Amino acid sequence: MPGAVLEMAGVSKGFPGVRALEGVDLRLYPGEIHALMGENGAGKSTLIKVLTGVHQPDAGEVRLGGTPVSVTGPQHAQALGISTVYQEVNLCPNLTVAENVFIGREPARAGMIRWREIRRRAGELLTRLHVDVDPGALLGSCSLAVQQLVAIVRAVDVSAKVLVLDEPTSSLDRDEVEQLFAVMRRLRDDGVAVLFVSHFLDQVYDVSDRMTVLRNGRLVGEFRTAELSRADLVGHMTGRALSTLEQLHVTGESARVQAEPVLRARGVGRKGAIEPFDLEIHPGEVVGLAGLLGSGRTEAARLMFGADAPDSGTVTLSGDPVALRSPRAAIGRGVAFCPENRKSEGLVEDLTVGENIVLALQAAAGWLRPLSQSRRQELVGRYIEALRISPADPDMPARNLSGGNQQKVLLARWLITRPKLLILDEPTRGIDVGAKAEIQKLVVSLAGDGVAVLFVSAELEEVLRISHKIEVLRDRRLIAEVANTAEITPEGVLEIIANGTTS
Amino acid sequence: MKTVTGHRLFWPAAVLVVMLLANVVVTPGFLSVQVRGGHLYGSLIDILLFGAPLILISIGMTGVIATGGIDLSVGAVVAISGALACYMISGQDDQGSVPGVLVAVGLALGLSAVLGLWNGLLVARAGIQPIIATLILMVAGRGVAQLITSGKNINVNSPPYKLIGGGYLLTVPFAVLVAAVVVALAGLAVRRTALGMLLEAIGGNAEASRLVGIRSRRLIVLAYTFCAVCAGIAGLMISSNISTADGNNAGLWMELDAILAVVIGGTALTGGRFTLAGTVLGALVIQTLSTTIYTTGVPPQTTLVFKAVVVTAVCLIQSPAFRAKVFRRRPGAPPPDPVASPGPADVEVRA
Repeated sequence: MPGAVLEMAGVSKGFPGVRALEGVDLRLYPGEIHALMGENGAGKSTLIKVLTGVHQPDAGEVRLGGTPVSVTGPQHAQALGISTVYQEVNLCPNLTVAENVFIGREPARAGMIRWREIRRRAGELLTRLHVDVDPGALLGSCSLAVQQLVAIVRAVDVSAKVLVLDEPTSSLDRDEVEQLFAVMRRLRDDGVAVLFVSHFLDQVYDVSDRMTVLRNGRLVGEFRTAELSRADLVGHMTGRALSTLEQLHVTGESARVQAEPVLRARGVGRKGAIEPFDLEIHPGEVVGLAGLLGSGRTEAARLMFGADAPDSGTVTLSGDPVALRSPRAAIGRGVAFCPENRKSEGLVEDLTVGENIVLALQAAAGWLRPLSQSRRQELVGRYIEALRISPADPDMPARNLSGGNQQKVLLARWLITRPKLLILDEPTRGIDVGAKAEIQKLVVSLAGDGVAVLFVSAELEEVLRISHKIEVLRDRRLIAEVANTAEITPEGVLEIIANGTTS
Repeated sequence: MKTVTGHRLFWPAAVLVVMLLANVVVTPGFLSVQVRGGHLYGSLIDILLFGAPLILISIGMTGVIATGGIDLSVGAVVAISGALACYMISGQDDQGSVPGVLVAVGLALGLSAVLGLWNGLLVARAGIQPIIATLILMVAGRGVAQLITSGKNINVNSPPYKLIGGGYLLTVPFAVLVAAVVVALAGLAVRRTALGMLLEAIGGNAEASRLVGIRSRRLIVLAYTFCAVCAGIAGLMISSNISTADGNNAGLWMELDAILAVVIGGTALTGGRFTLAGTVLGALVIQTLSTTIYTTGVPPQTTLVFKAVVVTAVCLIQSPAFRAKVFRRRPGAPPPDPVASPGPADVEVRA
């Protein structure tokens, strides 16, 4: 076996109030796909940022081809042959696909950029990866999945020795994931060392050759994927045997349907977003929205909150007709909404954890009626504890938290307002197994307390696990409603999506 | 030591102290304050007195910048407010009449509030970019001031009006007291109510603020209105101090000084987190610099260049990236953190 192309040894990194990494080792071999595993806050993102020079390690060293290097920044990392695609796509939506691929390293002659060359080469690269998109299209007009693939095309084009993919699959549908894996395998066969971070265990077992597991900023170990069972992996990641996921299964009971629905939508739609649909959610009921990426799941959920204004239909909340023209109108009626993009639409990263948690309650009260210090501390403390937000420091800036904990902060923000209807758009995306199970359990227990929940997720298994009723969407249309009985399987729902009916 | 230098007010305060010390070296009696004829006298008092208008405007500007906006029209509002007050007073039979002065002051501040409302509505309702929306009034406002004064300087001779910018109360300059009261009220309003947090939320993430139900439009209009009223008060002080309304030059370029004061104070132009205390320090830094130029006898034709050099140095010293480059950090030291968070040092991250 050839030597490691990249080694990290004894890497430590701290932030104010947080030890993010403590003596972590990582070895990447050419021609291997290496998975980096760990729960939220285990230090995966920090490790990648050290590797790519975003952060400087407090201790330890990075060796490239055996020689110690000090990576001073992402540009430098790229020059060294380490390319990265981050979890959140950070390209420029106002530029074209081709421009994004070549931004910062445009082919030029005599100081003039050769636009035709850019267009042509971008087209070639996209074709090679079977990404069906016009290189001249504005990136912002492409779906999130295509944007992700463009980011990968960009990283691949730089002659990479090491390619780091930080949760590249979290917003891709099944076909797109397969397409991505095909590209990853081809790169591996070309001798590239691929570092792959994902929360989907199936995907990790599908594609990786070797894995490194982190927990609480420390190294648990390096394993060959073929020799590590899933149960052992989860045990290594969480530090405890995981049975919570299996315990959870809601039996599709329909006794609650007698009560007055919390929400009744009749012919609600919005041009270009979702065709008119009917929907009823009862107290204590979890309604799942299932469908492929771009099927209108998010669009439907946003209309129920007034995040976008519907242009047809009527909505009744607890029996009263309401015009959902703004989020405030919905919030005033006891509706809460955790958006899909928690960074850009949910969290205020400048504010502290505590401020983020009280924000919705304070916005409803208005600025002239501030929560008293004692009440605020009491509420924030209670929810930090109840949702196990970590670190449990209300005065920490929210941006320092890991993704899963940020999601919990957003949940806390709305739970504090005691909503009657809670709309959750992809609440578990990009979150590790442990936190995912916690959030699913929370949804079930909220429903037990009489809260109505509208649950949007790309993962069918998850929707099936916790919903009483499933609304199936395809091509921006609600095509079927099925009660979640024991006979319903993910394959059955997929079939509805494909054919419109179960056979 | 790191917790002291890491505090967000450390650099503005340090710059101010260094500037004052530099003055003491050049002018040994610089820090001395005497009571003369029942009034406080001294360079420090001068800095506070002449700095009062800038402090007021900068406080208003801080609120606007916190929402992610900017107000270029404050200098024009200074001119309009002073022009209207002096015009009203000069038209009275008895310029010394207290009720007459109160009416003039009330009208000037009322007009300032209306101008601020206009800015706020353009930004929050019409959705015009703040820099463009307030540029309109920045340019047009000078014309309005000229219209009020018919293009001439209006001189007034009104003892009650003179009090605002040139008088003393309990040995302290009246303008300094006014500025102190406004700063105190603004401080109470942003930190004792939820106003500060909500403004920071709007500036930090506008879309998240909308989805969480914050009435962003109202708060933005409020910020611009408050900023214009602050500029209006500053306009009264400036015209009162020289007993003249000068539509052309009153408040000229003050918007830039105010923006600079906010930035030196440690509030980012991108909006979000803000600090009123930092802004006051920033305004004092700028005023101290102006006073220094006069007391040390820098030749008048080089004052602007001198000021630019000092401001550049101040900005560089506040930039963490610049400090890291120039003052070589010891290897392994954590990078300077812009947000001071003296949390416990060894909290474990757990999922």
